[in-house]
Amino acid sequence: MATQAQAPAEPAAERSPAPDVRLADLRKTYGDVLAVDRVDLEVGQGEFFTLLGPSGSGKTTTLRLIAGFERPDSGSIELGGVDVSSTPPYLRDVNTVFQDYALFPHMTVLENVAYGLRVKGIARAERRQKAEDALRMVRLEGYGARKPIQLSGGQRQRVALARAIVNSPRVLLLDEPLGALDLKLREQMQIELKSIQNSLGMTFLYVTHDQEEALTMSDRIAVFNEGRIEQIGSPEEIYEHPATEFVAGFVGVSNVLEREGRRFTVRPEKIRMRPEEEPQSPGLESETGQVREVVYAGMITRYLVDLERGGELTVIRQNLETTSEQVLEERGRRVRLEWRPEHTFTIEAGRESHE
Amino acid sequence: MGNGLARGEGVSVVAGGRSGWAARRLRLSAGLWRRPWLRAVALLTPPAAWFVVIYLAALVALFVSAFWALDPLTSKIVHSWTFDNFTQIFESSTYRTIAFRTIGIAAAVTLTCAVVALPFAYFMARIASPRLRTILFVVILVPLWVSYLARVYSWKLILAQDGLLNWTLDKLHLPNAGVAYSSWAMWIVFSYVWLPFMILPVYAAMERIPDSYLEASSDLGARGWRTMRSVVLPLVFPGLVAGSIFTFSLTLGDFITPQLVGGGKQFIGNVVYGNVGVAGNIPFAAAYATIPMMVMAIYLVIARRLGAFEAL
Repeated sequence: MATQAQAPAEPAAERSPAPDVRLADLRKTYGDVLAVDRVDLEVGQGEFFTLLGPSGSGKTTTLRLIAGFERPDSGSIELGGVDVSSTPPYLRDVNTVFQDYALFPHMTVLENVAYGLRVKGIARAERRQKAEDALRMVRLEGYGARKPIQLSGGQRQRVALARAIVNSPRVLLLDEPLGALDLKLREQMQIELKSIQNSLGMTFLYVTHDQEEALTMSDRIAVFNEGRIEQIGSPEEIYEHPATEFVAGFVGVSNVLEREGRRFTVRPEKIRMRPEEEPQSPGLESETGQVREVVYAGMITRYLVDLERGGELTVIRQNLETTSEQVLEERGRRVRLEWRPEHTFTIEAGRESHE
Repeated sequence: MGNGLARGEGVSVVAGGRSGWAARRLRLSAGLWRRPWLRAVALLTPPAAWFVVIYLAALVALFVSAFWALDPLTSKIVHSWTFDNFTQIFESSTYRTIAFRTIGIAAAVTLTCAVVALPFAYFMARIASPRLRTILFVVILVPLWVSYLARVYSWKLILAQDGLLNWTLDKLHLPNAGVAYSSWAMWIVFSYVWLPFMILPVYAAMERIPDSYLEASSDLGARGWRTMRSVVLPLVFPGLVAGSIFTFSLTLGDFITPQLVGGGKQFIGNVVYGNVGVAGNIPFAAAYATIPMMVMAIYLVIARRLGAFEAL
């Protein structure tokens, strides 16, 4: 922010000081079900912000509230400092990439992309130019004359993206846009989405249940559980310093232990596994136990270890020098697990503790 | 034959150890499974026989007899080829007027049904609660259980000079509506009796539109009316055309409603009916009956051009 203050007055005036999205005490119920429960949130300009959580955690409802498809029971939604809580979707300066893409089947790709511009009454030549630029951005130049049904899933996804960004909205809302794609395509699109966001400098609000996707793409993540935000932070903070047991379990593997009244988590890749008879290394925390399960996953192997003092831990080892036969022999072995004290993080028990 | 033998052995392996009846059934089903064409034949023979013998034969008889003539002296049918019947239809202003009246009212009825059905189907498919939707379905379908004649007669009573309509207008101190026994009466009655045939296909098309299409449209800046025009209407268009085929063809072929409420204004059907029954001129009746069929054929070609069947 300091660099901005020193910048000439003109760009500073262009950028309004208010955050692009501000949710305050937002609440939404469906009958008896509390979908969104007192959510507070601020998303800055140009941020890639992810709402992460399991299905039914309220992340999609929050997105739909911002888009205007649902009306909140209470609380407020601000876009760029302006309260839009009672503004219909067609007057909000946001655009949505839908999970099912929602491309209009009776229009060509170009007509789909140009729809928002046509509705705003932009002249034919200009909207054609802009729509083609948007298609080029998602690397679909030359596909304009096709119908959506003639495209693959990944291509439809790109059209949906082009249709939204062509309107240059203040915030782009993405509702699990990669959910229907296969793994390879998903990973490729993650990188592409991120680079498109970088080059446009547009604020992205991204909903996903995939923790890896969230960690890969986001500037900041809000972890949702049962309609509430458990933690907001950068991917590193969320992963390495989970604030609650839910976050520890949902983002990464749930490795929670309770020792002397202290509940803490330690990530599976931070644990060193050695034969039990080897002596304890100085300066490391150490526990002994027995390998209950071995899961060979190609690049890595996951070991589930029952600890002598109670509880269990998952350990991940790279298959650096071992083969699948060797790792599978480990089942039933007695082992010593060690980790650095600074790699453990005390966690709160759950929601009750911070009320 | 070696191949056939090997197959037979395969079956006996499958059927081994079963009673004769079960083994026979198994052999039959296995035989059908191996020969898809046999399955198709078994499936299609009954409907195809019905279609050819009953349906197409009647149509052919109709077309052929349209070119016969009636001997004016003996009133016997002369089996010779002549265009006289068609010449008579096209040269007589009476027959032309009747044909245009029939087509015109059929078109007006179709338009009216479409205009009423669209908002109704939209409400049913997208706004009404499941409970209300069921009630509306019943409201639409129950009249179809009542005899068509009974419903036309009840409209006759409503529209009559001293009927319910004028009685109500009297009470409201409004001038009487002189619609009894007129083309207006036919238009009202037809629009009423065929409305369900328009609502149901339009509703089915409306229900198939995912909510996300409407949300996407509004998300991209379109207000309700714009979304209706650019998204909903093009997507329900096939349903609209399907419904219009019903309302248009059912009106085109009717002769009861014109007879009961038309006040002497005839439809094509009335002329056909009169020529078959009273005049005994079956060749002329057949020739006149081909006109609605031709109109319908042209209508279907246009509907196809408009892409109405692409979604089927």
